[in-house]
Amino acid sequence: MSLLEIKDLHARVDGNEILKGVNLALDSGEVHSIMGPNGSGKSTLAQVLARRETYEITAGQVLFAGKDLLALKPEEAACEGLFLAFQYPVEIPGISNAYFLRSAVNAIRKYRGEDEVDAIDFLPKLRERLKLLDMDEKLLNRSVNEAFSGGEKKRNEILQMAVLEPRLAILDETDSGLDIDALKVVAQGVNAMRSPDRAILVVTHYQRLLDYIVPDYVHVLVDGRIVRSGGPELALQLEEQGYAALESAAASSGSAA
Amino acid sequence: MSSNTDAIRELAQQDYKWGFVTPIDEDRAPKGLNEEIIRLISAKKSEPDFMLEWRLQAYRHWETLAKSDGEPKWANIHYPPIDYQAISYYSAPKKRPTLKSLDELDPEILRTYEKLGIPLAEQKLLAGVAVDAVFDSVSVATTFQEKLAEAGVIFCSFSEAIQTHPDLVRKYLGSVVPYTDNFFATLNSAVFSDGSFVYVPKGVRCPLELSTYFRINAAETGQFERTLIIADQGAYVSYLEGCTAPIRDQNQLHAAVVELIALDDAQIKYSTVQNWYPGDKNGKGGIYNFVTKRGACRGRNSKISWTQVETGSAITWKYPSCILQGEHSVGEFYSVALTNHYQQADTGTKMLHIGRNTRSTIVSKGISAGHGQNTYRGQVAIMKGATGARNYTQCDSLLIGDQCGAHTFPYIEVKNSTARMEHEASTSKIGEDQLFYLRQRGLKAEDAVSMIVNGFCKRVFRELPMEFAVEAQKLLSVSLEGSVG
Repeated sequence: MSLLEIKDLHARVDGNEILKGVNLALDSGEVHSIMGPNGSGKSTLAQVLARRETYEITAGQVLFAGKDLLALKPEEAACEGLFLAFQYPVEIPGISNAYFLRSAVNAIRKYRGEDEVDAIDFLPKLRERLKLLDMDEKLLNRSVNEAFSGGEKKRNEILQMAVLEPRLAILDETDSGLDIDALKVVAQGVNAMRSPDRAILVVTHYQRLLDYIVPDYVHVLVDGRIVRSGGPELALQLEEQGYAALESAAASSGSAA
Repeated sequence: MSSNTDAIRELAQQDYKWGFVTPIDEDRAPKGLNEEIIRLISAKKSEPDFMLEWRLQAYRHWETLAKSDGEPKWANIHYPPIDYQAISYYSAPKKRPTLKSLDELDPEILRTYEKLGIPLAEQKLLAGVAVDAVFDSVSVATTFQEKLAEAGVIFCSFSEAIQTHPDLVRKYLGSVVPYTDNFFATLNSAVFSDGSFVYVPKGVRCPLELSTYFRINAAETGQFERTLIIADQGAYVSYLEGCTAPIRDQNQLHAAVVELIALDDAQIKYSTVQNWYPGDKNGKGGIYNFVTKRGACRGRNSKISWTQVETGSAITWKYPSCILQGEHSVGEFYSVALTNHYQQADTGTKMLHIGRNTRSTIVSKGISAGHGQNTYRGQVAIMKGATGARNYTQCDSLLIGDQCGAHTFPYIEVKNSTARMEHEASTSKIGEDQLFYLRQRGLKAEDAVSMIVNGFCKRVFRELPMEFAVEAQKLLSVSLEGSVG
């Protein structure tokens, strides 16, 4: 059984159908990438999987570790081990990063019937993860994402992933707004998290990130459907030819994709 | 599937967790207000003549106010007319029903106590459970009194102070809030039942944080309480006024007066956590909390700091203020006010700069949920002689849901050109994106809301004594519980 199994998923927002029948399966230990032009539904897919309630599911099924993902609330999906690295991380003024992370860890531990960790036991682990991402310890005492640079925000997302140790991590355009050095650091952090017990879904517009996080599979999403799947070479091919060729192919094949 | 918006609406529909009704036997005076009643109150308390005279003067002034303009009308609050002749102005210390053990207490209240993290012994005290061998409040109180007496600090009920320290009472009573101050303060001056009295002598740093909690059995202050705190030269005192406890008053009107006096180099820190019954979710019932609080920084380098967390009451009308008379004196006001359901709050402060180089800081955080209406009203006045005065004001509003309101009325009056004024204000709404972000990290929706709210209030909570800050945070969380799906 796959860790994540998406079957004929349809979703819409404000009456507009964005996902028009997505099929995808991920196994633990695998890294998949979803690529696609702007407006193809990449971010919608990421947010639907994270159970954002602004999207209406009109058809389809998603199984996550055998459970009906679409029946879960966002916090339940998170506690089941699904993590979304946000394209636009949100600021929470007045709440320190360290406190926020520990609250998240404890919320998840509580859900799983485990004892909560106190600040003293939590700190060493947090420090170790910070090193992995080459992040300044001072960021722990600053309010969550408040006055963080673009790069700091993205690194902070990966730090959260590293601390929460999800079974499935979805990275939504994590490369956007990053310079090449920050990109390498983030990729290094993600690579360090690759494990036989974890699947990673990398959502990106550009091939660039995939130079550093090499996926096992690449899927191309166009107009709400996956129109092509392949190995890492598919990403390179897209980089050369652009999405236009696939878009016209998708248009001509109609709903058959 | 409920959206976050629905969830927010649900949050706003939450019930008062402390609500419990117990029939209470009361020894009440006949309803109505007249000179006889004033004389009766004064006689019951065996007060000296000066007190009776003062009460009568206040009463006569109140009568003229009642006949002319009546209550102040400028606040952004709405309520049906109050019939002052339908209120009983004297009730002997109400007998709380005495329970044999906590087992007899409503389990719902017990759960609330646990949520608030109130220790068992304290729970018993609050619930009015008969004191048993496990917790001897008498000995605790005695130890407490002895420690204060050693330092020379006077801390007693107002009634007691009138008997034991009439000179101090006579000298300072009404010196900050005169009986002519405003309608409610005038009423209080005429009929006040009891309250607290504190005097910290020269150069003494009060060894304990004074809390009304320690006198909870000794004085049932009720509707019209009066507090007078004097810090003599170089003295320091921190006073906590708390009702995180489910103290439910049967009566609607609560008109208290607090006067603080700080002499040279003295410091008074006054913290309040107010959680009176706010009424039900349809806006029925609840306390009208019409309170006058004012401190006078009379001496050089004196400092008065107000911190309040106001989550209860149907209507809150209070403006803890500072008269900055002494040179280099400092006034501070840190406030969190939360209105949910149909609660209304019109609260803020007045900073009156009279002395040279006086400084004031105002930080106000208003949170509105449900149909709550939250108004910040603040006045900063720099008088002619206040050369070098400075004020910093920050006033932020947070909206939860789309049916509540936040209003800001800052009044600034500057009569000295050397003054430096800063004013910052913001209004924000808890966004669906913030909630989703926190929920995606595993936090339940209501925990996410309370985390955002607590973060919003952090600047104020920092000013509270540690254990109070923890209680205040929990209180906010409980007050917002159920607000989101």
